Amino acid sequence: MHEKERAPTPEQAARHAITRYHHDPSCLVQILHDVQDALGWLPPPALTAIAETLGISRAHVEGVAGFYSFFHLEPVGQYRIFFSDNITDRMLGAPKLMAMMCRILNVEPGHRSADGAVTVGTTSCTGMCDQGPALLVNGFPVTRLTQERIREICNLIAARAPVKEWPKEFFLVENNIQRSDQLLKFRLDPGSALKAAVAKGRDGLLAEIHQSNLRGRGGAGFTTATKWEAAKKAPGPERFVVCNADEGEPGTFKDRVLLTSYADHVIEGMTLCAYAIGAQRGFIYLRYEYRYLVPHLEAVLRQRRTLGLLGKNILRQADFDFDVEIRLGAGAYVCGEETALIESLEGKRGTPRIRPPFPVTCGYMGKPTVVNNVETLAKTCLVLAESADEFAATGTPQSSGTKLLSISGDCARPGIYEYPFGIGIAQILEDCGASNVQAVQVGGASGTCLAPYEFHRRIAFENVSTAGSFMIFGINRDMFEVARNFVHFFAHESCGFCTPCRVGTSLLKNLMDKMHNNKGANYDLSEIERLTDILKTSSHCGLGLSAGNPVITTMSKFTDVYVKRLQPFEFEPEFDLDKALARARQITHRDDTEAHFQDEREILS
Amino acid sequence: MTNESVAKAPKSTAPSAPGEALQARETRLFSLDGKPVAFTSGQTILEAATAAGRYIPHLCAHPDFPPHSSCKLCVVKANGRYLSACSTRAREGLEVESNTPELNGRRRTLLQMIFVEGNHYCPGCEKSGFCDLQALAYQLEMQNPHFSHFWPDRTVDASHPDVFIDFNRCIFCELCVRASRDVDGKHIFALTGRGIKKHLCINSRTGKLGDTDFSAADRAANICPVGAILKKHVGFSTPIGKRTYDATPISVVSLASLEASK
Ligand SMILES: Cc1cc2nc3c(=O)[nH]c(=O)nc-3n(C[C@H](O)[C@H](O)[C@H](O)COP(=O)(O)O)c2cc1C
Ligand code: SF4
Ligand code: SF4
Ligand code: FES
Repeated sequence: MHEKERAPTPEQAARHAITRYHHDPSCLVQILHDVQDALGWLPPPALTAIAETLGISRAHVEGVAGFYSFFHLEPVGQYRIFFSDNITDRMLGAPKLMAMMCRILNVEPGHRSADGAVTVGTTSCTGMCDQGPALLVNGFPVTRLTQERIREICNLIAARAPVKEWPKEFFLVENNIQRSDQLLKFRLDPGSALKAAVAKGRDGLLAEIHQSNLRGRGGAGFTTATKWEAAKKAPGPERFVVCNADEGEPGTFKDRVLLTSYADHVIEGMTLCAYAIGAQRGFIYLRYEYRYLVPHLEAVLRQRRTLGLLGKNILRQADFDFDVEIRLGAGAYVCGEETALIESLEGKRGTPRIRPPFPVTCGYMGKPTVVNNVETLAKTCLVLAESADEFAATGTPQSSGTKLLSISGDCARPGIYEYPFGIGIAQILEDCGASNVQAVQVGGASGTCLAPYEFHRRIAFENVSTAGSFMIFGINRDMFEVARNFVHFFAHESCGFCTPCRVGTSLLKNLMDKMHNNKGANYDLSEIERLTDILKTSSHCGLGLSAGNPVITTMSKFTDVYVKRLQPFEFEPEFDLDKALARARQITHRDDTEAHFQDEREILS
Repeated sequence: MTNESVAKAPKSTAPSAPGEALQARETRLFSLDGKPVAFTSGQTILEAATAAGRYIPHLCAHPDFPPHSSCKLCVVKANGRYLSACSTRAREGLEVESNTPELNGRRRTLLQMIFVEGNHYCPGCEKSGFCDLQALAYQLEMQNPHFSHFWPDRTVDASHPDVFIDFNRCIFCELCVRASRDVDGKHIFALTGRGIKKHLCINSRTGKLGDTDFSAADRAANICPVGAILKKHVGFSTPIGKRTYDATPISVVSLASLEASK
């Protein structure tokens, strides 16, 4: 960011950021972002300065900073490069490209180069699966990586070219809208849905949303009108609307497209909600990976203020004040869970709360809060500006309207597809040009894996339910490695609050790695069952509850890929003597055969 | 997040739902392992069971603090769904299963997970015989750690004159965090890191306990359920055989201590 300017002191950076956020400790995550932007990382004196200036405990500041992946408590390079590590990026060759970059720049993966110039590592899915492999450099996405592009990047780094001066085409993010329906075809005249709502009044608006039978598009499928009504009825003078733009589910990128080209729809949807429930403040909780969208979203917000669609007395209504602030996440999938999101909005670690109470009665700052997905909010405009009956008549009786799918993986035309609910899997595969399909992962890492015998099933809350991720795996893909990638994702993203998920996801990861290294035996399959059972029955939130899904579904449908990895013994210890000797080899600078331990079984065979 | 000190710990109840107060007077019942338990409005399943002299295993719950609900030892099955007894309010007609081989099996697995993620050498630990984690392992007949140990690299902080912290034994119940913040008004502790790398951190520039105003008289110095926060100068003062859990299982001690505090 400030590559050429003289860096401020930690105290100056802290004071500057804290002034910008009006000394409000609930903005701690935003303050940490500003300070890190100024200093390159978060050195201990910066944490002290933030704590002292805000008048809060230093341990709390350290606790929050230590929670999020994109806050760096250790020095990092001037160029911070993170390759998206979703399975779709991997299938497009990301690991090889990363190895290549590390070789050219002479840096170890996950570490900083000796000259302090660059850090190269991996990060969870960056939401560019339709144009991967992708990486983030200092927070900006670079898409469509090739060997050539990697070489160019390395040259730019060698020349110390500021990221701002890199070729624009590196940062091109395409919408890739492949199929439009109700929502994507709908051009909103800003304010028109709002006018229709004001004409109907608050109760009339709620009745319309009810009539449409709109259900949440963020995963759980909760009826939107019921949620809004509950927040409206909850006691207290203050209410909040939160747009959940954390889109962290691997393989999902439809909210990115909506925020890019349908931001008015989304913000007007938030304003509709505010009108219905009587909220005065709204937040867009935007994942860090979409930070590049902030200037665009700010511009849309400014324009809407100019048009009198945000701010005081919206549409000249006496009791209709509402405005929206953007809050940036910092790399934590769990913050998509609505109560963890609210904790993060309050400037805390993203730990899911005990529920009930639910956010509609006790959300942001303990006040009634509606949390809705980006797509849900955009669709409320459709209901108002067009017709609730038409909306309700689309899709299936239990799942009205359309669904945006983010399609990636092995197909000719990845991108965004909008379909009425009830669309069959086979039809989708045909439309996006997928042949020889072995499996489809619907709903992301936490979703379900479907085998060809299930391709007659349909996308709907009552059938195959999904927040929108749709990853396709061709006949040559190894489904075990797909599941292993998802297990690594969950172990990395577990917030660590509850025992089953904190420890269970790591144990599961170790087991999958053991099998990957051909050290698995029959006994390990029953261990997998033990772990997935405990995750499913005793986890505190949806992350842990579904963390075993990829293993459970692939193990039942693609049993072979597990069995073929097993050793012909009942039990194989996890302890690996040869691996344990690695440190000794490193110290003695040896790597010859004699320095390696050979399994006696291998000698015998 | 303010620095104001709160004289008394907040009362232990699950957050309330509207309308409940109306029905507060009548005696209402739910069933626990087939036998009725009376509860009053706002009580959690764990609180009501404890008040009725019925034991449900728990580790991170503490009668003086609101539920934390992180250890999941209190997992029960109610009307077919798995719930945390410490953070779920009792409801009329709920059929709760707790003392079943299925649930105790899961609790054993959870204990094993806690044991392998830290470094717990009970025979050499001063808390042995007074430790809730160890006592629960006996209670639930945990014979071995089952899983491979993580052997995490954790340290000991002996910088304070009267108290030391052995991070190897921390189970992240946040009782010290909450007691220091909500009772002592000092904010000495917090958790940092995420997932399996989560760990306790201390409120000083150096990260050392000796550089804080922590005192052995603080509530936070007297609340750790395991041997992570221990007093100096008093080690092994009670001989083996005479320690709290040596002769009496935690199921009995836990109910008796609540009775005594009434
Ligand atoms: C681990 C986890 C991650 C989630 N991530 C998201 C997300 O990125 N975006 C989202 O809208 N909902 C996400 N959800 C669901 C939210 O908790 C919540 O149900 C949703 O935002 C409600 O909005 P809706 O009713 O419009 O669907 C997530 C849930 C869990 C358990
Ligand atoms: S299930 Fe996982 S992510 Fe959710 S609270 Fe527990 S540790 Fe955190
Ligand atoms: S030190 Fe003790 S009281 Fe504090 S979190 Fe760890 S186990 Fe709990
Ligand atoms: S006692 Fe209920 S989760 Fe710890």
